[in-house]
Amino acid sequence: MAAAQFEVPKLSDTAYTTVPKIQEGSMAHVKTFPAVKASQEFLGYPFELADDWKERVIERMGQSLKKYRSLRVFMDACVHCGACTDKCHYFLGTADPKNMPVARQDLMRKIYRRYFTLPGKIAPWLVGAEDLTKDTLNDWFTYYHQCSECRRCSVYCPYGIDTAEITMAGREILNYAGMGQKYSSEILNKVQKIGNNLGLPGPALEDTLLGLEEDIEADTGVAVKMPLNVKGAEILLITPSADFFSEPHVESLIGYAKVFHAAGASWTLSSHASEAGNFGLFNGNYETMRTVAMRIRDAALELGVKRIIVGECGHAWRVAYAFWNTLTGIGYGGNDPFSIELQSKLDSRYKQPMHICEYTWDLIQQGVLKFDKSLNDHRTVTFHDSCNVARGSRMGDEPGGQFTIPRNIIRAVVNNYQDMAAETIGEGTFCCGGGGGVLTDDLIEARVKGALPRMNAYNAVAQENGVNFLALICAICKAQFTKVVPYYGFDMSQVGGVHQLVSTAIKLEQD
Amino acid sequence: MSALTVFYIGLYYVAAIILIGGLAYRVYEYASTPAPLNIPTTPAPITKLGVRFRMFREIAFFESLFKSNKWIWVFGYLFHVGLALVLLRHIRYFQEPVWFWVELIQPFGMYASLAMIAGLAGLWARRFLVDRVRYISTPSDHLILVLLIAIGLSGMTMTFVAHTDIIALKTFALGLVTFDWHPLPSDGPLLVHLFLVALLMIIFPISKLLHVPGVFFSPTRNQVDNPRERRHLAPWAAALDKDNG
Ligand code: HEM
Ligand code: SF4
Ligand code: SF4
Repeated sequence: MAAAQFEVPKLSDTAYTTVPKIQEGSMAHVKTFPAVKASQEFLGYPFELADDWKERVIERMGQSLKKYRSLRVFMDACVHCGACTDKCHYFLGTADPKNMPVARQDLMRKIYRRYFTLPGKIAPWLVGAEDLTKDTLNDWFTYYHQCSECRRCSVYCPYGIDTAEITMAGREILNYAGMGQKYSSEILNKVQKIGNNLGLPGPALEDTLLGLEEDIEADTGVAVKMPLNVKGAEILLITPSADFFSEPHVESLIGYAKVFHAAGASWTLSSHASEAGNFGLFNGNYETMRTVAMRIRDAALELGVKRIIVGECGHAWRVAYAFWNTLTGIGYGGNDPFSIELQSKLDSRYKQPMHICEYTWDLIQQGVLKFDKSLNDHRTVTFHDSCNVARGSRMGDEPGGQFTIPRNIIRAVVNNYQDMAAETIGEGTFCCGGGGGVLTDDLIEARVKGALPRMNAYNAVAQENGVNFLALICAICKAQFTKVVPYYGFDMSQVGGVHQLVSTAIKLEQD
Repeated sequence: MSALTVFYIGLYYVAAIILIGGLAYRVYEYASTPAPLNIPTTPAPITKLGVRFRMFREIAFFESLFKSNKWIWVFGYLFHVGLALVLLRHIRYFQEPVWFWVELIQPFGMYASLAMIAGLAGLWARRFLVDRVRYISTPSDHLILVLLIAIGLSGMTMTFVAHTDIIALKTFALGLVTFDWHPLPSDGPLLVHLFLVALLMIIFPISKLLHVPGVFFSPTRNQVDNPRERRHLAPWAAALDKDNG
């Protein structure tokens, strides 16, 4: 582990994280790198503030207030009750009051009040309204990049005020004014130019998949395939590109392939749409999010598939589950030519899109998959609910299926399972600390400190129940935890995917 | 008719117009702003009926707040339930004969006003005692609590200490509604009470009291979790599909 340039928070003796006393400005120095000219221009944004930056900020804010009811209502409805103040992992880990959800909202609300409300225009001091200055934008840039858009605050607010919506709007306004974030900007370039966030070109992807096929065969003696761009395949698998070559992500990809193999399914990956992730969500730009998602629609039409299944990725599943139908017509119920063109080709016996966990769990229930659980006996497993899956999506037919289905799969493939403390999982789950476009080295201090509440809960089951494996269904969680758990004294091999566990235990027929 | 009566009559008509007109405008604004994406905080109900039930629990029990913070919930709930009872009790000033159930709740009114003040006091204390809440509080957050406490205390003065001429007051109030104006009794506590209530009505549509219409329009609470079955499409977003053919 690299020597930390900052103080790593101490783990507590219990699963819970105590609420700190506020320390003003304690995270003001943590700033993400600004985006460069070429990548911002590609996205259609200026890369620095021009003379008319103030007008641009107000103009964009006015437009967003008209386009998004969430922003419109949330700006007005907050009563400053304070119920959300101790709900954000970044506040719990850093004590910086601007990381309290309501304070993060207020960074925008004070400008909203000053320029869009009567009391703020005539008596700004009374209602906490403030003039827009460059300091305001700097604060936005700092603190809208210390929010992982995890929606935990929204669960606990009496009006469901979702700070993620405000962070998204804030980042969109910043981009429009000329203050983009390097990390997200570059990723949005790569996915649009090359087809995935990692910038892995088609031929490299093909090589990687062939290599993996050889590895699996050497390992198991079974010729499990990883098909690419197969026209007429039944299933199109859309998975985060990290699955193709990052550890431990690739272990889950192997798991999906084994499941498809065992089920005898006809499936394919696509090089055009070799990315499930969609950073358009994080930046709050509908058009960008739509453009990125359209690659999947295009691939589905081009390959003529009947089903679309999504691999282990949190925000990708939120975009797929909740937004693909709206953005691209992948789903049901469309009555316009655009969506009918696609929906008429999909197999209506199945959910569209479907999560890989829904798929695997269906097969387990049908008795199609066979496991030797004892192969996972060296592991005692716990499951981390990823925020976008937990609070922004669903699996299965019942509310809360996103909690039960992954756990059901794990229990079907391992003998030793232990949940973390109830308040830290399910809808109240703590973010890994790296979601929402902050998974970048320039924000490592926020990432490590923001992981504290989850690390406390994990530490408790590790100490008391001997848990040594943190099972995940999110590419960002996997990357974040492998990087961050060593700061808290855990080995990064304790981090892995749910389908990695499936992969270990599944019994494949020799052909 | 005295200048005082004329002033209060005018004040109440202005206040009523601002309250009703202002709230109607806000509701129109919220309703006409599109919600382009399906963003309920999940797990969320998957039917319309389920959503109504969720909203009911939020409004009747402050369900999310209960999950969130027991102190705020206790104080907030005391205040709001107290306020609701007190408001319902006030209906008797505006009708003749008085509805049966309004008569029925009269005895609770006294306890309700105490609960309301106790709740408000607790909420106000948090603004000083809890460092996080102190940090986010603006002068208007304090003043609105002061305003409500002052309304409550001036009202309670009339109930518990110095009784006002209720018959004359009722004649005045009924007169406002029927446009058949009568003089207002000029007791100090009553004048203060009525003035502050009018002030509350006036600031309602431009203050955080907008949480009242807001709670009904919050997309994270009032949307059905059904995005795979239904295509949610805002008009401005539908235009993008056309370009794509
Ligand atoms: C649909 C009806 C209403 C609902 C569901 C509702 C709900 C809430 C909730 C959950 C809170 C936060 C907790 C708290 O601080 O109490 C709150 C705060 C507040 N409400 Fe309401 N409310 C409603 C009507 C009203 C009305 C009619 C008024 C006043 C005329 C009012 C005045 C306030 C004030 C002043 C606060 C802030 C208290 C503080 O400073 O902490 N509410 N409301
Ligand atoms: S969305 Fe998550 S990270 Fe952002 S303020 Fe809310 S709790 Fe914190
Ligand atoms: S819980 Fe909601 S209403 Fe209360 S301070 Fe936070 S955002 Fe505002």
